[in-house]
Amino acid sequence: METLAMHISNGIINGPVAAVFAVIALAAMAYCVRRGRQDLDDRLAPMAGLVAAFIFAVQMLNFPIFTAGVSGHLLGGALAAMLVGPWVGALCVAVVLVVQALVFGDGGVAMLGLNITNMAVIGIVVAYLLIVLLLRVLPRNPAGLAVTAFVSALVSVVVAAMGFVLQYQLGGTTDLGGNLTGLASTMAVSHLFIGIGEGLITATTVVTVAKVRPDLVYALRARKPAASVTVPTVGGVR
Amino acid sequence: MRKWGFIVGGLLVALLLAGVVSNFASSHPDGLDSSLREGCTFDANDEIIGGSCPAQQAREHEIGGPLADYGIAGVDNDFLSTGLSGVLGVLLTFAVAGGAFWLVRRRDPVSQEQTDTQRFDPATTSGG
Repeated sequence: METLAMHISNGIINGPVAAVFAVIALAAMAYCVRRGRQDLDDRLAPMAGLVAAFIFAVQMLNFPIFTAGVSGHLLGGALAAMLVGPWVGALCVAVVLVVQALVFGDGGVAMLGLNITNMAVIGIVVAYLLIVLLLRVLPRNPAGLAVTAFVSALVSVVVAAMGFVLQYQLGGTTDLGGNLTGLASTMAVSHLFIGIGEGLITATTVVTVAKVRPDLVYALRARKPAASVTVPTVGGVR
Repeated sequence: MRKWGFIVGGLLVALLLAGVVSNFASSHPDGLDSSLREGCTFDANDEIIGGSCPAQQAREHEIGGPLADYGIAGVDNDFLSTGLSGVLGVLLTFAVAGGAFWLVRRRDPVSQEQTDTQRFDPATTSGG
């Protein structure tokens, strides 16, 4: 039997900590619904459905990384943030995680808050901050877009992995002798390589969409009008 | 319609990836799983046979279900089982996400509620 679990399984983090993160995730997603509604028009809504379906598909494609025995797969935060913006993007990743937990037995239902916090909240926040920053300093051409996608994806994956290490510090069920350095370093190294894969997939996808339908790339749509306005609201339709 | 052409094309790509390419994915544990298995040794059936690692604490999934582990219960052909579960997953995710986003979408393009620091700019809503 192949192991196909991709997300935090039941029993790995204790109940109270999982419950706290469930509350955090729920609050974050409720806020994303509120902010995301401003972005969700007749054009973005079906695109966001497609982004979620695409992330589900690509998450199934585990690719081998540096050692023979380890694989990695897309998390999707940077991809979603670039294509449909941070608020709707976070909701896309969360929907994928909910479907996986409820229907595909992947990631404990009790662990959903932890998984959503890492991939839909931390991953998206880090990715979007980098996207805003990089699109401002890099040239406005396909190479600039590709570099933005690659770097934001890579960094967001590594930081999301550190989110898990923090959760393990708070509520891990195996006593590692109070020393999480080993876990932190294996998570960091493996996710650095996963991040490279994530970066390549994200850059390829975003550049392809930008070529076919540039108006469907949220990060590009938002740039012109936002360039002269305040920083935190870059990217919002309003 | 142009918009739906892109959506349909994108869905076909996703269906192809989840339905066919997924069978060529690596079956090794991912970065998270392998980190949690550090310290344990495993036999050929992937059962823990020694050592100590966080993965030992893993408990059964609450639901499981007929599509658990990206296969279809009762379908013995691995290729078909994985591929079909992927196709169902893509369609289900698109239906759930697309349906929910469509329901909560903004109907009034010039809605001014919750006005914040940024002034409404008509240029931002056009463009396509």
